[in-house]
Amino acid sequence: MNETPLWASESFWKKTAIWVTAGSFLILVVLTMDSLSKTSAGSKRVPAYSVINKKIDYQYNKELHKFMPVIGENEFLFGKEYTEEEALQLVDLGKKTTQAKNCMNCHTLLGNGAYYAPDLTKAWLDKGWISREMREGMMVKFLMDPENNARTFGSNRKMPNLDITEQEAKGIIAFLKWMSSIDTNGFPHNFKTIDAEE
Amino acid sequence: MNTSGLNGVMQNAAALCEKSRACLNNFKAWVQLDSTNLTDGQQLAVKYFTVAVILFFAQILFGLLAATQFIYPGFLYEILDFNVNRMIHINAMIVWMLYGFIGCVYWFLEDESGTEIAGLKLGNIAFWVLTGAVTLVVLVYLLVQIGPGKDSSLWFINEGREYIEAPRWADIGIVIVILIFFYNVVATFSKGKWSGIAGVLTLDLVALAGLYVAGMFYMTNITHEQYWWWWVIHLWVEATWEVLVGVIMAWSLMKLLGVRRKIIQTWLYIEVALMFGSGILGLGHHYFWIGTPEYWLTIGGFFSALEPIPLVAMVVHAVYDSGTHNFKNGNHPALAWIIAQAFGNFFGAGVWGFMHTLPQINMYTHGTQWSASHGHLAFFGAYATINIAFFYLAIQHWRGDVWMGGGSQNAWRWKWALGLLNGGVLGMTIALLIAGYEQSFIERAVEGSTWGGYFTAQNHPSFQNAMVWRLFFGGMTFAGFILLVWDLLTIGKGETRKAPVIIES
Repeated sequence: MNETPLWASESFWKKTAIWVTAGSFLILVVLTMDSLSKTSAGSKRVPAYSVINKKIDYQYNKELHKFMPVIGENEFLFGKEYTEEEALQLVDLGKKTTQAKNCMNCHTLLGNGAYYAPDLTKAWLDKGWISREMREGMMVKFLMDPENNARTFGSNRKMPNLDITEQEAKGIIAFLKWMSSIDTNGFPHNFKTIDAEE
Repeated sequence: MNTSGLNGVMQNAAALCEKSRACLNNFKAWVQLDSTNLTDGQQLAVKYFTVAVILFFAQILFGLLAATQFIYPGFLYEILDFNVNRMIHINAMIVWMLYGFIGCVYWFLEDESGTEIAGLKLGNIAFWVLTGAVTLVVLVYLLVQIGPGKDSSLWFINEGREYIEAPRWADIGIVIVILIFFYNVVATFSKGKWSGIAGVLTLDLVALAGLYVAGMFYMTNITHEQYWWWWVIHLWVEATWEVLVGVIMAWSLMKLLGVRRKIIQTWLYIEVALMFGSGILGLGHHYFWIGTPEYWLTIGGFFSALEPIPLVAMVVHAVYDSGTHNFKNGNHPALAWIIAQAFGNFFGAGVWGFMHTLPQINMYTHGTQWSASHGHLAFFGAYATINIAFFYLAIQHWRGDVWMGGGSQNAWRWKWALGLLNGGVLGMTIALLIAGYEQSFIERAVEGSTWGGYFTAQNHPSFQNAMVWRLFFGGMTFAGFILLVWDLLTIGKGETRKAPVIIES
């Protein structure tokens, strides 16, 4: 057999494997640092937790050709204006509760999770809460006793009772409101919010 | 409690112990496996394989329960809710595959290094610690299920993060066990001899263990949390696991077909270059919609579109090697499962992944049954198959290198198990794909992902029918699994012919 050409040799591919892996990983590390700084709470893409004091909407932006969160005037949650620290604590309680109750193995959050129940990314803005006036009350009641306030949309699928306390329910709602303000590059597309006209 | 009652309990417990010991002895007499055929490392490996098969059973069982709930939502409502079944379904899968991989490595470690395992005792202790921890975690999943919104729930019940739900204490345990495993691999190769396969394996295990740590932290900011969460999930299953499988495949092909080491190792390096070159930045396809900057649409789309290339290379590799050796091999079921791996990996991970990876389509498919369709074929095709192939290699050796070529007794069993398992998973994949198409169009494109839109799609007849078909094919998969276990326990029993000796050519 002829001598193996360089491009087919073991040592060439060994070096290539090492360089490609190291190079890709280095680029990933640089991009990670950039992404984390651009998505810290309080950045343009991921608003500060005190955004729960504001009205949030999700509208089509003609210039950008995609749906974008729109943050408006004051619209207090549970009739209270939260300081940055209080807002952080409330959202944190909500986030922790969604993990402790294993929400993600039925629902999706930012589109990730299981597919047995609706996506929660823009749940705060969903038309299912009928009107802005009724929304907060309906959400608290639903979370604390989903069995008797079931929202099955004709599917017979009911959320089980997860022993969510009133404070935890308020935390979850604050978390959902904050999450709906994140700039998700236009996902989900064509979402009509509770404020949208038919 | 009075003493006579206590005595009664003790007597009952003793009788139960005696009975189970008798059962175990009867079972041992029935399977007729001779462990003197195995080296110490291989005896450790078969322990891992045994637990892997039990967890594989749990994966299918809880998958069937969850699939049933899609059709009858009241089934086990508030007893074993969908989220519990689904969590155990996917956790059992991750863990059984890891058990399989660790078993494979322990199996060939002594052969590849040419020496005995450095820390055998430590390896055995780690096995029992890990198995005890897994049992405890599953019991808590089943019996406690959820906790209040406090740190203690994340530490002791579950972390509520898909795929890596294991509570924090178990995370720390897993890292320690993996470090012991890593020590054994490195120390054994250092004691014996290093090879290209050994080098790739070692570096891959460093990455595999290190990445797990990235997923162990709680964060309020969900964008950051999901960012790191994907580091673990994606860089495990679409990078480090693929390379680990490449290593296992490389060793298996040398043993099964007698492929030359130089060719195998060159291929392995090519695969590592292609796999990491596309897979590391392919991570970006998970960063389209979680709040991360727009440049990920370009980077993630481009590199993840390249991800099928190494999988094509692996198909070429397996088919070429089999062809040049005229399919002459000493273990027909193992080679059949390796071929199934090459194609399953290519279609499940490659084609099914590529179909919805570009952001222009992913905008509508993200978070629908498309992902479930891809997940079923990819995990089965890429990882279940290679483990099953290895189980056959192991059982052959355990029986004393008996004949497992053409004309074996009861060969229909492994052939039917192969057919039912592959057919079942493929059937589920197609059913879920149809459901995914329907969801993308109706829920996403037309209705714009509102809750009303979600349920309009879920209630649609084509979705409902797809769920029935998925359950049917799940049943077929289960039947294949039962047959597989029966075959693994009985294949080669009473066989007197020896396997042909395959030499490197």
